Amino acid sequence: MKTTYTISIFTDDRVGMLHRVTSCFTRRKVNIESLTTSVSEVEGIHRYTILVEMELESEVKKLANALEKQVEVHKVFYHTEDDIVYQEIALYKVPTEAIVQGDAEHIMRAHHARILTVEPTFTVFEKTGHRAETQALFEALEPYGILEFVRSGRVAIMKPTRRLSEYMEELALAAAN
Amino acid sequence: MDTLIEAAQQTQQTVQKKTRMSGAEAMVRCLIEEGVDLMFGYPGGAIMPVYDELYKFQNQLEHILVRHEEGATHAAQGYARASGKVGVCIATSGPGATNLVTGIADAMIDSTPMVCITGQVPKHLLGTDAFQEVDVISVTIPVTKWSYQITEASEIPSVMAKAFYVARSGRPGPVVIDITKNAQFEELDFEYEKCHKISSYVARPAIEMEQVEAAADLINSAKRPYILFGQGVILAEAEAELKELVEKAGIPAAWTIMGLSAMPTNHPLNVGMLGMHGNYGPNVMTNECDVLIAIGMRFDDRVTGNLAKYAKQAKVIHFEIDPSEIDKNVPTELAVLGDCKEALQAILPLIKENSHVEWLNRFRECDKEEYEKVIKGETNPRDGELRMGEVIRELNDLTDGDAIVVTDVGQHQMIACRYAHFNKTRSNITSGGLGTMGFCLPAAIGAKMGAPDRTVVAVIGDGGFQMTIEELGVILQSGVNVKILILNNSFLGMVRQWQQLFFDKRYASTEMVNPDFQLIAQAYSIACKRVEERSDLAASLKEMLEHDGSFLLEVVVGKENNVFPMVPSGAGVAEIRLE
Ligand SMILES: Cc1ncc(C[n+]2csc(CCOP(=O)(O)OP(=O)(O)O)c2C)c(N)n1
Repeated sequence: MKTTYTISIFTDDRVGMLHRVTSCFTRRKVNIESLTTSVSEVEGIHRYTILVEMELESEVKKLANALEKQVEVHKVFYHTEDDIVYQEIALYKVPTEAIVQGDAEHIMRAHHARILTVEPTFTVFEKTGHRAETQALFEALEPYGILEFVRSGRVAIMKPTRRLSEYMEELALAAAN
Repeated sequence: MDTLIEAAQQTQQTVQKKTRMSGAEAMVRCLIEEGVDLMFGYPGGAIMPVYDELYKFQNQLEHILVRHEEGATHAAQGYARASGKVGVCIATSGPGATNLVTGIADAMIDSTPMVCITGQVPKHLLGTDAFQEVDVISVTIPVTKWSYQITEASEIPSVMAKAFYVARSGRPGPVVIDITKNAQFEELDFEYEKCHKISSYVARPAIEMEQVEAAADLINSAKRPYILFGQGVILAEAEAELKELVEKAGIPAAWTIMGLSAMPTNHPLNVGMLGMHGNYGPNVMTNECDVLIAIGMRFDDRVTGNLAKYAKQAKVIHFEIDPSEIDKNVPTELAVLGDCKEALQAILPLIKENSHVEWLNRFRECDKEEYEKVIKGETNPRDGELRMGEVIRELNDLTDGDAIVVTDVGQHQMIACRYAHFNKTRSNITSGGLGTMGFCLPAAIGAKMGAPDRTVVAVIGDGGFQMTIEELGVILQSGVNVKILILNNSFLGMVRQWQQLFFDKRYASTEMVNPDFQLIAQAYSIACKRVEERSDLAASLKEMLEHDGSFLLEVVVGKENNVFPMVPSGAGVAEIRLE
C-alpha cells in the first residue's frame, strides 16, 4: 500500500537547483505527484513542496537523505497527511452561457468556490481545498462543459512548531565544525 | 623570445590584493592559490583563453596533455588517490566536456576529490545550439558532488574557492566548473579567499560522545567482533587509529578493495578481502560475528551479496561521515557519524585491551582451506599455462609490497587486489564502485605524478588496456615512469568467466584478436618485453622494475582461467564458492 508523503525541501535560490532536486527522484524512479516552489519565510531560502506516493517510509527517508546531501540543500522534511496543514488551488473555465442557464449559484455555494471573472464567453471559478474537494467541483461542473482546468501543486505547512531559522542556525553551527 | 621573458616575469609576481586581470588569468591564479601545481587536460576553442594563461604560468602550474579527455579524469583521479590532493582536469566545451563524464562518475562513486573545468560557449549563445555547446551542468548533475556555471568573470574567485572546498571536504567528490568564454575574456578585480565553510553543508558532522560510548560498550562486550574497513579510513588519514583499535581490542579486520592498503598485508589481524571475489574467511565469518564494525565503508552490493542473507545475526556499528549511507543498505544498531579519524580517536581510550584468539583462528582455518583449494594453485602452479596469481606473487617478491599497484577492471583486478602485498597506505588504486575499464593506464600516469618517489605498476587486462591505450602518448611526451604489466588472456576475461559459469560457455563477443603490444610499445618508444614461459617470468619482472623509465611487460596467461572464490550474484556471502 502506498502512502502519500509531502516532502519539504529548503534550498539556496539559484539556477539549476530544481534539476539537482529532481535528479534525486529520477534516479530512484520515484514519480513526483505534484511540485510547488516558492520563497520561504527566510530570505534567500527557497522552498519546494513535493508530493510522492511511496510504499516504505525507509525509502522516503533515504530519498530525503540523498536530497539533504546536496551541497545547497539546507534541510529536508517529510510528512504524512496528519502532520501538515495543506491546500491546493484549482481554476475552472466554463462557458458563461451554460452557467447562466444552469444552477451555477447553487454549485458555487455548495462547494465554497469563488467566481474570479465573468466574461461574455467564459467564466472562471476558483476553489481552494484538498484534492477530493477540488475534484468534486470538477465533477459538478463537468456537465456544463469544462473548457479548461488547472490544479496547483500542494502547499503545506508543517504542524511541528520549530522555526526554519532555528534549524538553519543549528546547521550553520554544524557547518563550522 | 620576448613573450617567454614576459611570461617568466609574470609568473614571479605574487598575487596582490585586488589586481585587475582577465577571467582566464583569474582561473589560473585560483588554481595556484589552491596549491595546484599539476593538472591534466586537452585544449579547444571554448577554453583557449585559459590555456593561454597556462602557457604564461607554466613555471608554476604544469599541464599534462592527455590524448583523450577521459584520460585526463582518470589521471587526475590517480593523482588524487596517490597524493591525497585534489585532482584537477580541464577540457573544452561540447565533446571535450562530455568525454569527461565517465571519469567524473567514477570519482563520484569512489569519493575522489576532483575539480573539472570545462569551457563553454559565450553567455549570449547559451541555449542556441551554438558550435560545441552542450549543457554540461545538466549532463553531470547526477554524477557531481557540486557544479556551477560561471558566466561572469567576477564570480570566479568565490566559485573556485567553493569548488575546491566542496571537492576535498567531508566525503570528497568531483566538482564541475563550466566557464563561458566571455567570462574568460572579461576583466575583474581579483582577490582570493579560501572557502572554509558553506552554511547549508555539513562537511564533518560533530562526533556524538553518546554514540561513541555505546559503540565502545558493544565492542568491549563482543565475543566475536569483526571490523570491515573501506576507503573512508584512507580519506580521513585514520590508518594509525584503525591499527590501534584492531590491536588493542584484538579484532580481526577485513577490507573492501577501496580500503586495501590502509593496513599492511602482513599484519596478523588483517584477515583479507571482502566481497564477490574476496577471501573465504572474511565472507563466511560475516555471518558468524556478533558485532560487525564497519569503518568508512558503504556496504556496496559487491561486498554484501544478497542483503537478505547478510550478517543478520550481527549488531552493526557504522562509523561513517556521510549520513545518507547510514541504514542505506544494512540496518545499523549504532551509527557514529563523523570523520572516522576523529571518531576512532574518541573511542580508543574507551576500548578495553582484549584478544579473540579462538575467533581469529576460525578465519585462519578458512584460510587453510582457501589456500589448498585456490591460492596454492593460483600463485604457485607447477606446470601448465601462466596464471595471473603467480605473476602478482612474483611481483610481490620483487617489490616487497612497496609499490603502488594500479589496476583496471576484470579478472586481473580481482587477482591483483587479492594477492598484491602492501606496506603503505594509498598504494592500491583501482576503479571500485564504477568498475571503469580504461581507468588503469591514465590513473597510473597520474599516480606516478602524484607520488614521484614510488614505483607505480599498472596491472591491466588486454581489453582494458585498449580502452585508453592512447595515453601511451603521455608517457612518450612526458617521460613519466610507469611499469605497465599486461596480463593477456586474449579474452574479456571476467565476462568470459561469467559466460562459462552462467551462460553455458556461450562466449558472445569476448574473445579478442589483439594487436602486437610489443610493436605498439615500440611505436611510443617504450621498452617492452613479452613473456610466455614460467622460467622467464621472474627475470622479466625484475627487468621491468629495474629499467630506468617506463616499461611494458606483456605476460601471456591462460585464456580460460577463472577467479575464485566467488559469491555468485544473488547469493549470500556465506554461499561463497571455492571452486
Ligand atoms: C567501460 C566498461 N565496459 C565494459 C565493462 C564490463 N567488463 C567488466 S570486466 C570486463 C572484461 C575485462 O577484460 P580485460 O580487460 O581483458 O581483463 P580480464 O578480465 O581479462 O583480466 C568487461 C568487458 C566494464 N567494466 N567497463
